[in-house]
Amino acid sequence: MVERIKIKTADLNVWFNVIPSLKNIDIEIHEREILGIIGPANSGKSTFLRCLNRFNDLYQSFKMQGKIFIDEMDIYANIDVWGLRKKVGMVFALPVVLPLSIFENIAYGPRRHGIKNKNRLADIVENTLKAAYLWDEVKDRLDSSAMKLSGGQQQRLCLARTLAVEPDIILYDEPCSGLDPISTAKIEEAMVRFKEKYTQVLVTNNTKQAARVSDRTAFFLMGELIELDRTEKIFTNPIDQRTDDYISGRFG
Amino acid sequence: MNLKTFKEFLIEKLIFLSGVTSIMLVILIFIFLTKEGLSLFKAVSLKDFLLGHYWYPISEPSQFGILPLILGSLFVTMGATIISVPIGVASAVYIAEIAPPRMKEVLKSGIEILAAIPSVVIGFIGMTTLVPFVKNALNLPTGLTAFSGSVMLAFMAMPTVVSIAEDALNAVPKKYKEAAFALGATHWQTIWRVVLRAASSGIVAAIMLGIGRVIGETMAVMMITGNAARIPTSLFQPVRTLTATIAAEMGETVQGSDHYHALFAIGIVLFVITFIINLIADFAVHRKLK
Repeated sequence: MVERIKIKTADLNVWFNVIPSLKNIDIEIHEREILGIIGPANSGKSTFLRCLNRFNDLYQSFKMQGKIFIDEMDIYANIDVWGLRKKVGMVFALPVVLPLSIFENIAYGPRRHGIKNKNRLADIVENTLKAAYLWDEVKDRLDSSAMKLSGGQQQRLCLARTLAVEPDIILYDEPCSGLDPISTAKIEEAMVRFKEKYTQVLVTNNTKQAARVSDRTAFFLMGELIELDRTEKIFTNPIDQRTDDYISGRFG
Repeated sequence: MNLKTFKEFLIEKLIFLSGVTSIMLVILIFIFLTKEGLSLFKAVSLKDFLLGHYWYPISEPSQFGILPLILGSLFVTMGATIISVPIGVASAVYIAEIAPPRMKEVLKSGIEILAAIPSVVIGFIGMTTLVPFVKNALNLPTGLTAFSGSVMLAFMAMPTVVSIAEDALNAVPKKYKEAAFALGATHWQTIWRVVLRAASSGIVAAIMLGIGRVIGETMAVMMITGNAARIPTSLFQPVRTLTATIAAEMGETVQGSDHYHALFAIGIVLFVITFIINLIADFAVHRKLK
C-alpha cells in the first residue's frame, strides 16, 4: 500500500541553548494516519511536535538544523506562520480554555481568520462540538464561561476549538494526561473517527493509549528516533532492545 | 515561660502591633478630619456646601460653596485620565508583550525615574514650558488652565498606570497566548483579544489608582491651573482644585473659624472620593469572571 506523505522531516536537529534536544530525526508521516510518539520524559517528543507548527519559534534559545516539509512545502522557509498554525492545529496537555464563553472559545479562531457571519459561526460551533462529543453536554449553556467546565469537558472544548479553524493536521501533546478514563475514551473515540479527514500526531506518555489508537508508533529516546513501525509490530515484536524495555515497563 | 517561648511571644506581639498601627492611623486621621470638618455644618447646610456656586471664604458674609472646586478637580482629573490611560496602557503592552529584553529594562527604569520626579519640579517645568505654549498656541488670555494641569498630571499618573498594568499583563498565563497562537492568531490578535481581556481587571485597577494619584495631587496643579474658584465651562479655563484650595488657604485661616472647618470638610470630600476610587479598584482586582 502506497501512502501519500503528509509530513517529512530531513535530518532534523534541535538545540535549546546549545543543549541538543533532537538528533538527526528523519520521519515520514502519512496522510490520514495517526502516528503515536512514545518515549520517556526529555526524549524530545514534545519538541518534535512543536517543530511541526513552528511553536518552538516562541523560545529565544531555540536553534534548528535540517528541514521539515508539510505537503512538500518547507515550513521553515519564509512562509506565513499564522497560516501554518491554522493548518496544523495543536491540543495541549492541560486544557487551556480562554477566559471567554464556550461559544466564544470556539468562535475565536474562525473570527481571527475573517469569519464574521453569526449563522456561520453558530454552525461551526455546533458542528465542532458535535465532532468532539461535547455538544449534548453544553448545548444549553453556550454563553456561560468555559472555565466552569470540568477538565475532560475543557479538553474536548479545546479539541473542538482546534477543529474550528479547519486544520489538515492535528498535533496532540499528551492530550489525556490530566483526564479520567471516560473522558480519555471520548477523546480517543473522536481521534479514531477523525482519521477520515485529518492527519494526526499523538505524543503520549501512556503507551497503552498509543497502542489503542495509533496506526504507527515511533519510539523516541534521548532526542533520537529509535524505532518507527506499525503499532502491532512495535508492541509485539520490536527490533530494538530499548523499545522492548520501554514498552514492557522496565524503564521510563 | 522559658526564653524561647518568651521570644516568640514578643516577636508575635511586635508584628501584631506594626500590623494594626496603619489601621489605627487611618482611623485616627478619619476621626480628626470628621470632628473638625463636621463642625462647619453648624453654620452652613450640606447642600449649600456641596452645591453652592461661590467660594468666598473671607468676604462678609462668607460663602462656602465647593461646586467650582469639585468641578475643577473633576476637569483636571478627567483630562489627565484621557491623556494618560491610552498612552500608559499602550506602553505597558509594549513593555510586557513586544519589547526585546534590553529595551524592556531601559523603559522600565525610565518609567521609575518618571515616578521619582517630585511634583513641584513637574509643576515648575509645566509653568515655564507648557503654560506659555498653551497660551500662544491657542491664543488664550492665560495658559494657566485645566488643560495644562491635565497634561502635567498625566505625566504623574502614567508611571502608576504603566507599572500596575504591566504587572497585570505579565500575570496572564503564558498558556493562553500559546492557545491563541496554536489557532493561528497573530501576535496582535492575541494581545487584543486574549491578553488584554484576561488582564482587564488589573488594567482597570491600574487606571483607578492612576486617577487616585491625580485627584490627590496638589503642588503641580496649584502651580499650573490658575486657581480661579469659578465654575469652569471648558478645559481651557483656569480652575481651582479641592487639594489646591486646602494647601493655599490653610496657612491663613484662624483656627476654629468657619473657614478652617470648611477646609477640613473639603478634606472629608477628598477622602470620600479617593475611598470610592480605591473601592472600585479593589472590586476590579477581585472580580471573578462571570
